[in-house]
Amino acid sequence: MKILVCISVVPDTTAKISFTDGDTKFNKAGVQFIAGPYDDYALSRAVELKEQSGGTVTVLNVGDADAEPIIRKALAVGADDAIRVNAEPTDAYFVAEQIAAIARQENYDLILMGRESIDFNGGQVHGIVGELLGIASFSPVMKLDIDGTTARFAREIEGGKESLEASLPLVLGCQEPIAEWKIPNMRGIMTARTKPLKVVEPVGHDSLTQVTQFELPPAKGAVKMIPAEDAGQLITLLRTEAKVL
Amino acid sequence: MSVLVFVETDGGEVKKSSLEALYYGAKVAAQLHTTATALVIGPAATDLTTLGQYGTAEVLHASDARLAQANPMAYAGVVAAAAENAEVVVIAKSSLGDALAARAAGKLKAGLVSNVTELPDTSAGFRVKSSIYTGKAFAVTEMKAGKKILTVKKNAVSPELTDASASVKPFAPALPDADFAAKVLSTEKASGELSLSDADIIVSGGRGMKGPDHWQPLLDLAQALHAATGCSKPVSDLDWRPHHEHIGQTGIKVSPNLYIACGISGAIQHLAGVNGSKVIVVINKDPEAPFFKAADYGIVGDVFEILPRLTQAAKEQLGS
Ligand SMILES: Cc1cc2nc3c(=O)[nH]c(=O)nc-3n(C[C@H](O)[C@H](O)[C@H](O)COP(=O)(O)OP(=O)(O)OC[C@H]3O[C@@H](n4cnc5c(N)ncnc54)[C@H](O)[C@@H]3O)c2cc1C
Repeated sequence: MKILVCISVVPDTTAKISFTDGDTKFNKAGVQFIAGPYDDYALSRAVELKEQSGGTVTVLNVGDADAEPIIRKALAVGADDAIRVNAEPTDAYFVAEQIAAIARQENYDLILMGRESIDFNGGQVHGIVGELLGIASFSPVMKLDIDGTTARFAREIEGGKESLEASLPLVLGCQEPIAEWKIPNMRGIMTARTKPLKVVEPVGHDSLTQVTQFELPPAKGAVKMIPAEDAGQLITLLRTEAKVL
Repeated sequence: MSVLVFVETDGGEVKKSSLEALYYGAKVAAQLHTTATALVIGPAATDLTTLGQYGTAEVLHASDARLAQANPMAYAGVVAAAAENAEVVVIAKSSLGDALAARAAGKLKAGLVSNVTELPDTSAGFRVKSSIYTGKAFAVTEMKAGKKILTVKKNAVSPELTDASASVKPFAPALPDADFAAKVLSTEKASGELSLSDADIIVSGGRGMKGPDHWQPLLDLAQALHAATGCSKPVSDLDWRPHHEHIGQTGIKVSPNLYIACGISGAIQHLAGVNGSKVIVVINKDPEAPFFKAADYGIVGDVFEILPRLTQAAKEQLGS
């Protein structure tokens, strides 16, 4: 089985977000970048599936050369090779076009990625890739098993989950608890250094959206403390002052 | 070129978040000097003519039996077919809404912006504001494509109703078999439960709730306030509560009017999922808990003492 795992490179979940150039550019100073946490779930499950029934796992990132240490980490976790599309991931459609262009050449059985990236939280890429390739896509997938050319999986729906069965190929947006995050071991880190990482140029596209301005949320006012003995007073305040009850 | 709004139903009832989206769509239509059409897919228990109250004159209803079960791929096909003459497609943020928005964007080669928080600026071009970095910032995005799809967050607009009524027309586009190839083996859904994305009030519990057997006081308050219930990640990881209640960076992002956090420390990854809430209440025994910094109201104390007091006060004051 050939699996493609698409990873986004995003600021660490604890990163302080700020902007420069008159709030038109993300401020990378002092920010640590990571593979998206949802993408890590997808990667972990892909590696587990490979360990169970053989095959290959390829990691794909659309991004600049700064992403390479993060791609190497994915190789250290157990992916076999990697592709970096040398371009800034400007909008979801653009990223999806890059993934689809590579998938058309390689005929993957499964294309996995996180349900959403944690920078723009769009949750769009898997659906667009599925549409561009003319194959089914599902998200958010929280359980996945493969039996020959059949996938059995569970998708989270509001208030519960739905179990499904579909034939490969599929594009799936993943989330926990599909797998446990894997931490690379020393041997993985060593072998990752020499695993192939191919850099390709993007395919052309017309940009459909463009961010023109960033903003930070307004600072939160001071918290109003209510003594524990008077807890009931909170309900009064929520009714009369905050007017949310 | 008009505005199309996908109206989601749950058990046939139109979802509240979709009514907001419909009002949002009608406002956008007014800005663009055009009209808004609602699209309902699957069986409807709600009287669809009442959607007129939210500003739409026309409702398309796709009621093919095969659409009875929410299927993002098939639904995306119906949305794309209905969007033939639309410039803007508005969809309420939800797991179904997200999945079908992406497929529809692929079909229509539409620009797509998710998590929209305000009406667009249409004075020059088409610019929308959306929540990014899991609520830690906003982006204003210019949408240049001829077709635009927006997924709208809860509380982006506050609907003001009229007494207008809409006309309902059947809509029956071709439904490709391929969209129904996946077989649904089973569905588990908590019945009668208020969904997190639709709830105006959420009462949420963290590890401070001590264990799955201690949830009753929290459930009692939720019931008294007609609230949905949520939890922190460790709580769902430990199986104290079902996974669909997990709120935060790696769970559901919510923006209710009122979020009440009980025994949750307020880690940045949890805050990321709730910072769009209008009012945040934090109950924690540790006065130094970081959540207090993000709160509007706080009570320092033991949740097991405070929750019953709140429930009693809510019952007295709200008659619930
Ligand atoms: C990549 C990544 C993603 C993550 N995503 C999420 C996410 O989506 N959502 C999420 O929630 N977390 C997420 N986390 C985990 C997060 O960092 C915290 O570990 C988690 O939110 C803590 O949950 P908690 O507040 O329930 O537990 P704790 O941090 O253990 O806090 C329990 C709190 O309860 C209080 N308490 C204890 N007993 C009582 C009592 N009797 N009365 C009142 N208060 C009491 C304590 O003072 C404490 O503040 C993520 C972490 C990482 C690394």
